[in-house]
Amino acid sequence: MTQSNIPVWITGLGLLSSLGEGPDAHWEALQGGKPLNVDLERFAPYPVHALQEPDWATQISRRDMRQMEPWQQIGTYAAGLALDDANAKDEELCGRMDMIVAAGGGERDVEVDTAIMQGARETNDRDALLTERLSNDLRPTLFLAQLSNLLAGNISIVHKVTGSSRTFMGEEGAGISAIQTAAARIASGQSDIVLVGGAYNAERADMMLIFELGQYMTKSAKPIWSRTGEDAGFAVGSVGAFLVLESEAHAKARGVTPYAKLRGVVADHGSRSDGEAAKRMDGAIDCLPVSEKTAILSGATGCDGITAEESAFLMKHLPGSPVRGYGTILGHSLEAHFPMGVAMAALAMKHNHFYPPFEPAEQATDDAPKNILVSTFGHYRSEGLALVETVDA
Amino acid sequence: MSTKRDHLDRPIVVVTGAGVVSSLGKGKDENWVRLTAGESGIHRINRFGIDGLRTTVAGTVDFMDLDGQSAPALSYALAETAGVEALQQSGIENGTFPGPLFLASPPVEMEWSHRFEMDGEIELGEAQGYTRLLEAARAKKHEDWFDLFQFGRTADKLSEKFGTRGLPVSLSTACASGTTAIQMGVEAIRRGETDAALCIGTDGSVTIEALIRFSLLSALTTQNDNPEKAAKPFSKDRDGFVMAEGAGALVLESLDNAEARGAEILAVIAGCGEKADHFHRTRSSPDGSPVIAAVSRALEDAGSSPTDIGYINAHGTSTPENDRMEYNSLKEVFGDRIHQIPISSNKSMIGHTLTAAGAIEAVFSVLTLQKGVIPPTINYDTPDPDIPLDVVPNEARELQVTSILSNSFGFGGQNACLVLNKEIG
Repeated sequence: MTQSNIPVWITGLGLLSSLGEGPDAHWEALQGGKPLNVDLERFAPYPVHALQEPDWATQISRRDMRQMEPWQQIGTYAAGLALDDANAKDEELCGRMDMIVAAGGGERDVEVDTAIMQGARETNDRDALLTERLSNDLRPTLFLAQLSNLLAGNISIVHKVTGSSRTFMGEEGAGISAIQTAAARIASGQSDIVLVGGAYNAERADMMLIFELGQYMTKSAKPIWSRTGEDAGFAVGSVGAFLVLESEAHAKARGVTPYAKLRGVVADHGSRSDGEAAKRMDGAIDCLPVSEKTAILSGATGCDGITAEESAFLMKHLPGSPVRGYGTILGHSLEAHFPMGVAMAALAMKHNHFYPPFEPAEQATDDAPKNILVSTFGHYRSEGLALVETVDA
Repeated sequence: MSTKRDHLDRPIVVVTGAGVVSSLGKGKDENWVRLTAGESGIHRINRFGIDGLRTTVAGTVDFMDLDGQSAPALSYALAETAGVEALQQSGIENGTFPGPLFLASPPVEMEWSHRFEMDGEIELGEAQGYTRLLEAARAKKHEDWFDLFQFGRTADKLSEKFGTRGLPVSLSTACASGTTAIQMGVEAIRRGETDAALCIGTDGSVTIEALIRFSLLSALTTQNDNPEKAAKPFSKDRDGFVMAEGAGALVLESLDNAEARGAEILAVIAGCGEKADHFHRTRSSPDGSPVIAAVSRALEDAGSSPTDIGYINAHGTSTPENDRMEYNSLKEVFGDRIHQIPISSNKSMIGHTLTAAGAIEAVFSVLTLQKGVIPPTINYDTPDPDIPLDVVPNEARELQVTSILSNSFGFGGQNACLVLNKEIG
């Protein structure tokens, strides 16, 4: 018999971002009073929430560091933090731990590419130029630092997580599907424990280009709810966000203290015309037991139209609930964005306290939340909601 | 709720539709005729200039009707064609698929032709490289290219075309991706989340840079003289794989759902097994333990013993290391009986279709179960004495098979296997 509805506990968080590393540093920084780590110069006119570099050697050997591009380093580091936090760095346990990683990839050798673009202006045989330059100038192992599934591969190598290993691609939707699938595996008894999360390196002009093709990047440092007209768009942020999800029984047997319970995840995608994203989620949110005591962490991007739609959707269903748009603080982190929101929700549930406003447009609250709804309407496609609550609920 | 259940009391998962495109052609019929005739789809590359490339042969698919050549456009077209064929066979209408989409698709990147074009769009200034391209992007929206280079876009478009439910999953487990897509469909049905799943693997990414990347890792054959002879899995003189393109699609359903619809049941996906490897980014653990575990788990998941397997659809890439490792690991699981089990590599004829391989090979395995014919391993002229397998050399073999093991292994320590059965129970 397929079991279902086994409680899904969140027992470890691995966070690395512009705010620093680890749950404590994030909790403190998110209490306010600290300036945001936004770099306005380096990629001007685009603001970037730049990574606060950790002491990499605490999680990754120098030899392994050299095999990775930064997005893999961020993810592998954050995954290691999550395993430590869940007290799960154990050979036997990691050997049967399942893993789902939400990843993009494709970081380029910018120098090589720049030289090729320059050379191409002076030749009629671009194929020959490409063959000549790429064959001679590309680092042989660069490919492995570009492949989407090699973040998971690196986590296997560095942290020995080797149950199953799946990589989901597809911007925000990849992170939503990763959390949803990991939770479904545990709830049904297909997995006892899953390492799930994503990583995004914001500090790359080649990666920004992919989004700026559609002019989705903001050139403003305004908070997300105030980005309208010319200012609409997202500011990218470097984020590594991994969670250890575990069945209640498995966590109890290991004697670990959970942060919170992941009550449910709903997701969909489809046309974005005429408020259809909100209509899809109107039906989906009914599957989650939200109430007037529910607080909201929104992964809204700041992009034109869809952010207003997400905001209106949240106001309609939870009119009195405090909303925090975490993109204002952390920037937008694509594949890692939804996992980061779920991790932030778990952290707040553990502290039995919600976050202070991240910008003036948000209302303060002193009430301890009954549960927290994490919402992400992707910049272009994909919508997801997760409900995080205390383990006693 | 499913009432017909497997040995672990889970819904039984069956195949009710299959579709395929490879360098051998479009559709199951053309592929099967040519595959069982031992024909090769590998040819000299004519998509781009090949001067200076170490490998100049591939199994590209050059007969699709594309609005501009690019890897994402071709990957989409291949997936759509295979998907349409699979749905048609299943009797489910396009636009109303009653379950989710699991798509194995190659990682997406902006391509050189687009970079070159953007570089020419604005006046030369101080900024170079990507800073310059960002300037060009600010000057003019490139909506179509944005669309093309989103990682999730291929799955989005397929989901819209077929009307699959929920958020489609685009996944990559490197060269095991096609198998993982099927595995995820099986798991979703077993969880009772859905009665059906559409699982597709696609890859249309033969470009200059892709070839060079694999060449730099010494993964490709350099036997360019006779393209049709370049892929020679299990031969002593094999020296690397041949990059190729294609797509495979399966409609999976719970047995109950298929029977209630009166659909023809083509095969049963009886078991899936997976085990990640932490040894190296491109190489397998020398003792083969993760591959052994993946094969063993697939058998266990199917409730099968090694003696039940009548044919193995090998990963069989034609690289020196893979084929040896695959043999050694199989020998551990099957013992001396491995020398009597027919095992062949479709890659000898269609090349290595990378992200699509597991899905295409699953489609061919379904056809073997249905038709009682095992496709050969061609170019088997110089057996490797260290791999004494019955590789069904050079000519197809008529044999009624009731249970097949299909293997897929990939960079990043990915190992996934399927057991496909002819009959239920």
